[in-house]
Amino acid sequence: MDTRTQEFLEYVQSGGQVETGDWMPDEYRSKLVKFIEMHGNSELMGVLPERDWILRAPTLQRKLALTAKIQDEVGHAQLIYRVVEDLGKPRTACLDDLVSGKAKFHNVFHYPTRTWGDVGVIAWLVDAAAIVSQKALLKCSYAPYARIMKKICWEESFHILHGRDVILAMVTGTQEQFELVQEALDRWWEPLMHFHGNPIPADEDPMFVWRIKSQGNEEARQQFLDGYVPQIRELGLEIPDPALRKDEETARWLFTEPDWEKLRAVVTGNGPASAERLAFRRLSREDVAWVERVVLAEAA
Amino acid sequence: MSKRTDLLLSIADDELILGWRNSEWTGIAPFLEEDVAFSSIAQNEIGHARALYELAAAELGTTADELAFDRKPEEYRCAPLVQLRRLEWARTIARHWLYETADEIRLAAIKASDDPEIAGVAAKIDREEAYHRMHAEMWIDRLLASGEGRARLNEAMDELWPYALGVLDDELRPELRRRAEERLGRALPDAEPVPRDVHEAELGELWEEMTMVRRSAPAGSQW
Amino acid sequence: MIYEVFRQERKGQPFQHAGSLTAPNERFAEIYAREQYGRRQESVALWLVPREAVSEIDDFPDEFDLKYRRVDGYSIKTRLREARERAGTLASDESA
Repeated sequence: MDTRTQEFLEYVQSGGQVETGDWMPDEYRSKLVKFIEMHGNSELMGVLPERDWILRAPTLQRKLALTAKIQDEVGHAQLIYRVVEDLGKPRTACLDDLVSGKAKFHNVFHYPTRTWGDVGVIAWLVDAAAIVSQKALLKCSYAPYARIMKKICWEESFHILHGRDVILAMVTGTQEQFELVQEALDRWWEPLMHFHGNPIPADEDPMFVWRIKSQGNEEARQQFLDGYVPQIRELGLEIPDPALRKDEETARWLFTEPDWEKLRAVVTGNGPASAERLAFRRLSREDVAWVERVVLAEAA
Repeated sequence: MSKRTDLLLSIADDELILGWRNSEWTGIAPFLEEDVAFSSIAQNEIGHARALYELAAAELGTTADELAFDRKPEEYRCAPLVQLRRLEWARTIARHWLYETADEIRLAAIKASDDPEIAGVAAKIDREEAYHRMHAEMWIDRLLASGEGRARLNEAMDELWPYALGVLDDELRPELRRRAEERLGRALPDAEPVPRDVHEAELGELWEEMTMVRRSAPAGSQW
Repeated sequence: MIYEVFRQERKGQPFQHAGSLTAPNERFAEIYAREQYGRRQESVALWLVPREAVSEIDDFPDEFDLKYRRVDGYSIKTRLREARERAGTLASDESA
């Protein structure tokens, strides 16, 4: 590593912040773009599993709340792609790579949503898992990204409340409604355990080394389990992992080791709903290409 | 059903179904900023529907949710214009402008009503819709400013024109025509208005999906 | 075009940079800014500025000691103590 890069590394590792116009090593820039782009892609792809349920929402209040939640996610994608654009990769290039399957997005958005139970579980637990990571990103060494994370975290906090409210209504409703939640939890537990990524030690994770992430994957997962396992269990719901327990001595959660090969397969586009979702995005882009043309043209 | 209730349900059903149609663009609008803007418009419309259902519900001794979800498809009073499924941007903008203009004309009449509750809600809706109109006008200007945009918009307007007329009662239709022709700078075709009691096939399909979760639990269940 | 958005959270507070958005012109930018930064009534006012109108300055010469222009350029503790001693107004916990 050359001296300048070494100094930069020490700078970010001691809490230094980087702005758009500052010099940065090529490796830092490319890792940054990839990471932030994946986040933007995830927010956008996250819309697709949820949007069907706006029509199906069983009350006007839920319809409004769900529409607002999804709207927030599109807004987040917009903010995030703006940051990527300022780093040199235009939004159209990001979207091209997304629909062609070249770029990755988060594992959870490769899965189908089957019931209203899923809607509650996603808004509550998937968003909770996300906010653990997102709070850590508030300390990202790249300042423009850290700054937008503030707004994103603030908005996500509503989502979690909405999700929890949806779940609470069902677990205090009919037996069928309770079972709907349990069934959804059974299906979403594995994606949730995958969410924070494989347990690579923090100092071997380039994202942590460059302080793009400020916590390791396993630390994030432990934080999620700490916060949410009690909340799940107090509702009388069962987590579908008999090995899940907190070791009193180490204060660490123990669990059945997730299948990391499966995670890799999913994020490279082989999830149950990946192809269908990408096809849908591709189609909608083609349909509205003319709008971009007309809108960006100089006024006649 | 009283005339008052009939009026309330007509507008509420218009707003509910149009709110859904507009939110169909969520995640797939031409660009992300527009996605966010259009979603707010959709939410406002559902909010308007709710306020109107609540007024009708008080009269009928039921709840807003029951009125929104628990009637049969043939009992809905919405205009055919809002029922059409047209996930195409020129038609979306044309419908957006036509509906907002028709609604403005309709609301002006209702704001003058001597029923204070209805006049009050109408005034609130009208104030919020000022932003919808701003958005629609901006898009009309932009589309008219390019050859391709103008062609697509005009085609969409011609197609939707009979439906737009159907949103309003007889006596308000000439005003809609006057405004639309002025805006587009041309005459619009003579057309038989597609009236309110004609239901498009899309409405039945929409109702099935809209009520599937709700119908999966006994009436009165909490969600 | 890229627009920078500044928002004021409450009356009397400074306008702070909140983010940026792309829009074909100012009319679109205004609508989009309202949505992104005001749909929850989270701002009382917004400023919208085309990015090209913003110029950044980030170098400030500091060749000679300019501390006299700042509070940290002054250390009055010793002299104050001396003055109080002389005037006999030193507080009991200071005289040690």
